[in-house]
Amino acid sequence: MANADCIIIQGSNMAECHPVGYQWVAEAKARGAKVIHIDPRFTRTSAVSDKHIPIRAGSDVVLLGALINYVITNDLWFKEYVGAYTNAATLVHDDYRDAEDLGGLFSGFDPEKRAYDTSSWSYAEAEDGTIDDPGPGSEHGEDATARAAGHAYGSGGPPLEHAEVQRDDSLQDPRTVFQIVKRHYARYTAEMVRDMCGIDVADFEYLARAITENSGRDRTTCFAYAVGWTQHSLGAQFIRAAAILQLLLGNMGRPGGGIMALRGHASIQGSTDIPTLFNLLPGYLPMPSAGRHDSLGEYLEAVGSKQQKGYWADADAYTISLLKAWWGDAANEDNDWAYDYLPRLTGAHGTYETVMGMLEDEVEGYFLLGQNPAVGSAHGRMQRLGMSHLKWLVVRDLNLIESATWWKDGPEIESGELRTEDIETEVFFLPAATHVEKAGSFTQTQRLLQWRHQAVAPPGECQSELQFFFELGQRIREKLADSQDERDRPLLDLTWDYPVDEHGDPDAEAVLAEINGRHLAGPDAGEPLSAYTELRADGSTSAGCWIYTGVYADGFNHAANRKPGQEQGPAASEWGWAWPANRRILYNRASADPAGKPWSERKKYIWWDQEQGKWIGDDVPDFPLDRAPGSHPDPSVGGAAALSGDDPFIMQADGKGWLFAPKGLMDGPLPTHYEAQESPVANALYPQQQSPARLVFPRADNLSAPSAGTPGADVYPYVFTTYRLTEHHTAGGMSRWLPYLSELQPEMFCEVSPELAAERGLEPYGWATIISPRSAIEAKVLVTDRMRPLAVGGHTVHQIGLPYHWGVGSNAVVSGDAANDLLGVTLDPNVQIQESKVASCDIRPGRRPRGEQLLALVAEYQARAGLTTETGNRAVTDPTMED
Amino acid sequence: MQSVCPYCAVGCGQRVYVKDEKVIQIEGDPDSPISRGRLCPKGSASEQLVNSPGRQTKVLYRAPRSTEWERLDLATAVEMVADRFIETRRRTWQQEDDQGRLLRRTMGIASLGGATLDNEENYLIKKLFTAAGAVQTENQARI
Ligand code: SF4
Repeated sequence: MANADCIIIQGSNMAECHPVGYQWVAEAKARGAKVIHIDPRFTRTSAVSDKHIPIRAGSDVVLLGALINYVITNDLWFKEYVGAYTNAATLVHDDYRDAEDLGGLFSGFDPEKRAYDTSSWSYAEAEDGTIDDPGPGSEHGEDATARAAGHAYGSGGPPLEHAEVQRDDSLQDPRTVFQIVKRHYARYTAEMVRDMCGIDVADFEYLARAITENSGRDRTTCFAYAVGWTQHSLGAQFIRAAAILQLLLGNMGRPGGGIMALRGHASIQGSTDIPTLFNLLPGYLPMPSAGRHDSLGEYLEAVGSKQQKGYWADADAYTISLLKAWWGDAANEDNDWAYDYLPRLTGAHGTYETVMGMLEDEVEGYFLLGQNPAVGSAHGRMQRLGMSHLKWLVVRDLNLIESATWWKDGPEIESGELRTEDIETEVFFLPAATHVEKAGSFTQTQRLLQWRHQAVAPPGECQSELQFFFELGQRIREKLADSQDERDRPLLDLTWDYPVDEHGDPDAEAVLAEINGRHLAGPDAGEPLSAYTELRADGSTSAGCWIYTGVYADGFNHAANRKPGQEQGPAASEWGWAWPANRRILYNRASADPAGKPWSERKKYIWWDQEQGKWIGDDVPDFPLDRAPGSHPDPSVGGAAALSGDDPFIMQADGKGWLFAPKGLMDGPLPTHYEAQESPVANALYPQQQSPARLVFPRADNLSAPSAGTPGADVYPYVFTTYRLTEHHTAGGMSRWLPYLSELQPEMFCEVSPELAAERGLEPYGWATIISPRSAIEAKVLVTDRMRPLAVGGHTVHQIGLPYHWGVGSNAVVSGDAANDLLGVTLDPNVQIQESKVASCDIRPGRRPRGEQLLALVAEYQARAGLTTETGNRAVTDPTMED
Repeated sequence: MQSVCPYCAVGCGQRVYVKDEKVIQIEGDPDSPISRGRLCPKGSASEQLVNSPGRQTKVLYRAPRSTEWERLDLATAVEMVADRFIETRRRTWQQEDDQGRLLRRTMGIASLGGATLDNEENYLIKKLFTAAGAVQTENQARI
C-alpha cells in the first residue's frame, strides 16, 4: 500500500482496526497519494483521509458497478492489460442471459431450489458446445443445480474441462465478456449512485477521477476492505466487483495495486490456509462431498482437470501428499492413498448450520477454542440457546468468557427463558496458554508466516492447543487401540508422533516440518521439500499444506527469519516467509507488459531478462521462471506447461483474470446490486429486491423485518451496522478482561446523528433501546455528526452504528449488551458468511425492560410488523417472474 | 524474546522481556518491517493478557444442572473429554447416506475457533477432527 498512488478504503475502518498497518497508508499519503474513505460512518480513517464519502450500508455494488461503467464508457480502461491478461475477449455461450434481461435474475435460476444451474454461464466451445466443469459428472439441469454449491469448491480458481476458449480480440462480438460486462453495468450511473447510495454526483466524479487518473502504466490504485465487505448476503460479489474494476484498470499483480483484505485476527489467514473450516482441507483443497467426490478420481477431476491451464492441474500431487502426511504408510496406491479415510460433506455444515443442529439435538459436543460465539456470532440468543442443548461443552480460553458462563449469568437466565437448574449441559473450562507461552507461527493478513518463540512456560494448568489436542488424540487412540471397527482406522493409522519437551508440550517446529513436507523416497528420503513444484502424485512426497511447502526448506524454519527491516529492500523477503514460495505480490508477472518489459520505470517489479532467459526482479516471480513472454504452448498439454507467456493468473484454469466468472459463484457470474435481507429501500435497478440465491433460514426464532414497500416495514425504520474499536478485540475475550483496555472503552454505546436523536428524543449520554425482530438491547447514546442521514430514493435513511465488543456476563472487567443479539442469520451462498453489516431496527430512549418484559417488547414489535417466517424470505420478489 | 502481537492480522513485531521466568514487559520490535517498532493500544496492553489478575489458570467443571463451577484436575478433565468424544462419536456415527454413499462421519461433534491460534495448532485440530470424522470444525473466518 505504501507504493500506491491512490488508496480506496471501503468496507473497512483501517485506521481504527489495523492502526499500525495504517502507517503505510499514511506513508503513501505523505508521498502524495490520494486516500479516500467510503463508509457509512465518519471514522478515525475518514479523519486521516483526503476525503470521506458517506454511503448507505449495503449499496456498494451500485457504486463499484458505476465505477466500472464510468471506466468503460469513458474509454479509460487499460487496453493492453485487459486485452492480454483478462478474459475480456473470451466468448460466453449463447444460452447466457443477463440480469438486465431477466429483471435481476441470471439464466438458470430455479425458484424452488433457490439456486442457479450455472451451466448457461459457461464459456463457449468450438462447434457451439460449452466448456463445462471437468469430469464425467458434468451435467446440466436438475443435477447441476443440486450440485452447484459454494462449499464444494476449494478456494482455488474453479476448474474447467480445458482451456481452449473461443476469443474475439476485437472485443466487438456481443458474446465477448467485455461486451457482456459493458451492457450489465450500463444502468449503473452517477445518478443511480446518488439515488441508491446517497452519494452526490460531484463526490462520485471526484472518486472516479481519482481512481482513473491514478491507474495505468505509471500509476496504481489499491483497494482495502475488511468485513464491511464480507458480512453481506452478497459479500463475495462486493469483492468481485472491486476485482473487475481493478482488472479493467490494470491494477492487479503490480506494486501499489491490488485489493487488500484486512483481516481481524492474528492468524485468521493461517486458519483459512490450514483450515479449521468445514469445507476445506489444507491449501484450499475442498473437503470431499458425497455424490460429487465419491472416488479419488472424481475428486481430483473436480478440483482441477489435467487439461486446464495452471497449477491447479497438479491437484493430484497436492492431495496425495496431504494424505501421505496424515496417514503415512497406510496411504498407498492400492487404497487410493486412503482417500476413503476422509469424511464426506452433504451440504453446508457451517457454524450457523451447526448451531441449528444443536437446537435439534443433533450436536452433542462442542469445542470453543479462543472464540466467544455467545457474543461474537450473529444472533447471540440462538447461539446460547443452542449451547443449552449440548450434552457437553469444552471451552478453552484465557478468561471465563460469556460462552463459558451463559448457563449461570447469560441474558436468557435473566429473561427467564433458561433456568440454570434445568440445563443439562456439562461444561469444561480448560485454561489456555497465551502467545508468549508457546512457540508457533501466525500467518498475518498478507500471507506472511511469522514465528513466535516461547518466552515463558504457561502458568498453572494452562496449556497450548498444540499440547491439548496432541494429548487428546493420544488418549482417544489409546482407548480405541484394540478396536476392530473399520471406522476407527483413520484415527489409529494417523501419523501422531511428535517430540515433546519436559512438560509434554509437542515441538511446534516438528509440526511445521510436517506441514512443509518431505521426500519419502529416493536419495533425499526424509529431507524437507523446498517448493510445492517438487510434490508428486506417486506417494513419493508428503506435505500437510502444499502452499506452505518451502517454509521449512533445507530444514530451516524460515517463518523465524528476522533480518531487520532497515537492512533490506521494500519487499523485506528475509523477514518471515510468505506463501507461496516466499512471494510478496501474487500474480506479479502482470507487473510487466505482454512483451515482458515493466509497464513503466516507476512501477517496475518483475520483468523478463532476455539474456538470462528468465523472469527476474524485486520479488520471487509468480510465473514459470523460464516461460518467455511470447511463448504460446499448445493449451491442450494442460497444467503449468500450457500457460502462455501472457497468462499471469496462473491459478485460473485459463490463465486469465476473470471479469466474468463462468464458474465458481452461486449467485451470478457478475456482481449485481441487490438489497440486503432487511432494507428500508426498494431496489431501483431491478424488480428483484434481494439476492435470489441468498441462504435464508425461515424459522420462528429467526424472523426478518419487512423490506421497503411491504407492510410493517415502518416498524423497523432504521438501518444499523456493527463495527469494532481499536481498544477492543472482537467479542472481547482478549480485551474486556484487561484493565487497560477496559478503561479505554468501558461501555457499550450507539452512534446516532443529531437529526435521528431529535426525531426519537434521544438524549446525549443517556440510554437508548434498540429493537430488531430478534432481540432488544440497550446502549449509551453518542449523538454525533459522524453519522450523516442520507437522502436515498426520495427518503431520508438514518443509520445507527453499534460496536459489538460487549456481552452480558459477570466475569469481565466491563460488560454490556451485545450488538450481535440483534442480528438474524441470512448467509452469502458462496461462503456461508452472515449478513451483519446491515439490518433493520427501531430505536427509542431509555433502558430496555428486564426479565420477561424484554421478550414481550420484542414480541410486541413482531406482532405490530406482522412478521411470519415467510416475511422477507421470498427467493424471487415478483411471483410472476418465477417461470 | 521476539514475538508477534496476538490480536489483529497486521502482525506487528513484539519484544517480550522476561525476568525470573515472568513476563515483565512487551514492546514493539523496531526490527519488524511491518510495524517498525509500533504497537496499537491492544498490542501495547498484551502484557496484561499474560499477567492480568482475572486470568483463569485452573480447570473448572460444571456438572449437569449444577449452579456452580467445581475444580477438576487437568488429567481427569482430559480423560473425561476423551470419553465423551468417543461416546458421542459412536452414538452419532454416519457410515453411509441413504443412497449407500460413503459418509464416514459424525455430526455430533463440532468446534469453533482457530483464528487466534497457531498454524501448527490448527493443523493438529484439523487432522484429528478429520480423522475422527468430525467435519464441523469452524472458526472466525466464517464470521
Ligand atoms: S499492535 Fe495493534 S495493529 Fe499491531 S498487530 Fe497488534 S492489534 Fe494489530
